[in-house]
Amino acid sequence: MLEIAVRRRVGGFALDAAFAVPPGVTALVGASGAGKSTIVALAAGLARPDAGRIVLNGRTLFDGAAGIDVPPHRRAVRVVFQESRLMPHLSVRSNLLFGRRRVTPRPSRPSLEEVVVLLGIEGLLPRRPRSLSGGERQRVAIGRALLAGPEALLFDEPLAALDAARKAEILPFLERLVAATALPILYVTHALEEAERLAQRLVVLAEGKVVADGPFAETAARAGVATAAERLAAATELVATVSGHDEAYRLTLLALGRHRLTAPGVFGRPGDEVHLRILARDVIVAREAPQAVSIRNALPGTVRTVVRGDGAVAEVAIDIGGAVLRAEITRKAADELDLAPGRAVYALVKSVVLAEAIGS
Amino acid sequence: MTLGFGPDEIEAVRISILVSTVGTLAALPFGILAAYALARWRFPGKTLLDGLVHLPLVLPPVVTGYLLLLLLGRNGPLGALLDQCCGIVFSFRWTGAAIAAAVMGFPLMVRAIRLSIEAVDRRLEQAASTLGAGPLGTFFAVTLPLAAPGILAGTVLGYAKAFGEFGATITFVGNIPGETQTLPIAIYTFIETPSGDASAMRLVALAIAISLLALFASELLNRRLVARLSG
Repeated sequence: MLEIAVRRRVGGFALDAAFAVPPGVTALVGASGAGKSTIVALAAGLARPDAGRIVLNGRTLFDGAAGIDVPPHRRAVRVVFQESRLMPHLSVRSNLLFGRRRVTPRPSRPSLEEVVVLLGIEGLLPRRPRSLSGGERQRVAIGRALLAGPEALLFDEPLAALDAARKAEILPFLERLVAATALPILYVTHALEEAERLAQRLVVLAEGKVVADGPFAETAARAGVATAAERLAAATELVATVSGHDEAYRLTLLALGRHRLTAPGVFGRPGDEVHLRILARDVIVAREAPQAVSIRNALPGTVRTVVRGDGAVAEVAIDIGGAVLRAEITRKAADELDLAPGRAVYALVKSVVLAEAIGS
Repeated sequence: MTLGFGPDEIEAVRISILVSTVGTLAALPFGILAAYALARWRFPGKTLLDGLVHLPLVLPPVVTGYLLLLLLGRNGPLGALLDQCCGIVFSFRWTGAAIAAAVMGFPLMVRAIRLSIEAVDRRLEQAASTLGAGPLGTFFAVTLPLAAPGILAGTVLGYAKAFGEFGATITFVGNIPGETQTLPIAIYTFIETPSGDASAMRLVALAIAISLLALFASELLNRRLVARLSG
């Protein structure tokens, strides 16, 4: 069990966080600048809290009031950094054994062979870090931490620098590692998909404060953090009325407040209510009224909120008068369109999508 | 007689190599320590240390030599102390010449090493500490190997400066053939002697050869070091 209760102020930023990391994986998530990496540095002893206590398995590593500050090399808290930090002048084998030669043996410590097999790095031992791929480097960094006989493991966004393919390559190794160990593991990330796969517990950090802490699914729901599964299902429920039909083109015309929508197929009678469920990922956002495109449904509105985060996706809420439509677009698009509350935009929905969206 | 060199000439070369080698190697640990302190530590008097280290670079060598004589001469405070307690005498001995060589080469040595230590990625040192390496272990396992090319460059610069040192040496330990007469001092002496031109020319040629050889060797070593570091 790693117990952390720390305060630290740097410039205008104040970190004041307390939580525990029991054996197993606890994910620490939050936007960049929330203080995640600072917590790792404080727990590892690479930075000093202004006040607080850090206790590992009953051993006090830091106590501001008692004047205890165990230096990093005596903490047995091993860190896997985002940028690997392998020693460029040493071979992979020497890197793996770097910590091992320096710490007193513990019965729980795995052997080089076990770690090499677990991480699938058998063929890399004589090589230099420079000749490795990003994913290979991270696996070596993980092995190095394990071989140093950790009492706690800290992962500081270990996959953030890797592309999707490398992430997919390394995640199974992490899952195996997590299953094979009973150490307290703090896994810092801003990618919730990673956290979902690995962690049993979740700590959500915002502006230096813990806003939620507990079992993963529960905590994610409580903190309003959309998990990957939830994001896929994000949608807007709307009620429209049938206003007419276009028999020649086999279309039904719908009225939604002041807007006109077209849905494929002929159904209902004028005046009938239809429920629409429009998935956020099916909504396209445009700054100008589109011309010469196949989309028939362009709803003028204004941006109400934009939630950007650090991931690839941004969520935009568009007020279309009487209803708020959720749209999921890439964060890049949100930046390039300069989306901000109050901006006039068009929400585009393909007519075909409306067919799937219409419930009974 | 070997290769046409007279005994005085051979002695001068021997003394020069001995003095520069001993002086540079003796200065190296202090040079690394000073460079590390200047690169990494924050302490009161840091500017003073920086100035003191660089002083021999800007002072006239004769002044440096005279200060060494005042400090380490038989009647100097430190010199008298060393003589009484341990029987160590520097004045008019080759060991004194080695000290002059070390002091004169020191600023160049520290400069090069300091730059290379500053260039070492501190995040690697942090990683080492989280793996159980203490400050000293981290220094020897990470900082020193990564700074090796700069340490080599500093050593070569210091050695070159020591090898050519004239003013401070002659002021501090004089011009005694077979004891303190280094190659530059010997060349100067031969030039001043009516029949010494040929000897001077031979030593000049030798000085050029030794310098080129040292430069070539250090370049070769540096390439191997850099290749090793970059994997």
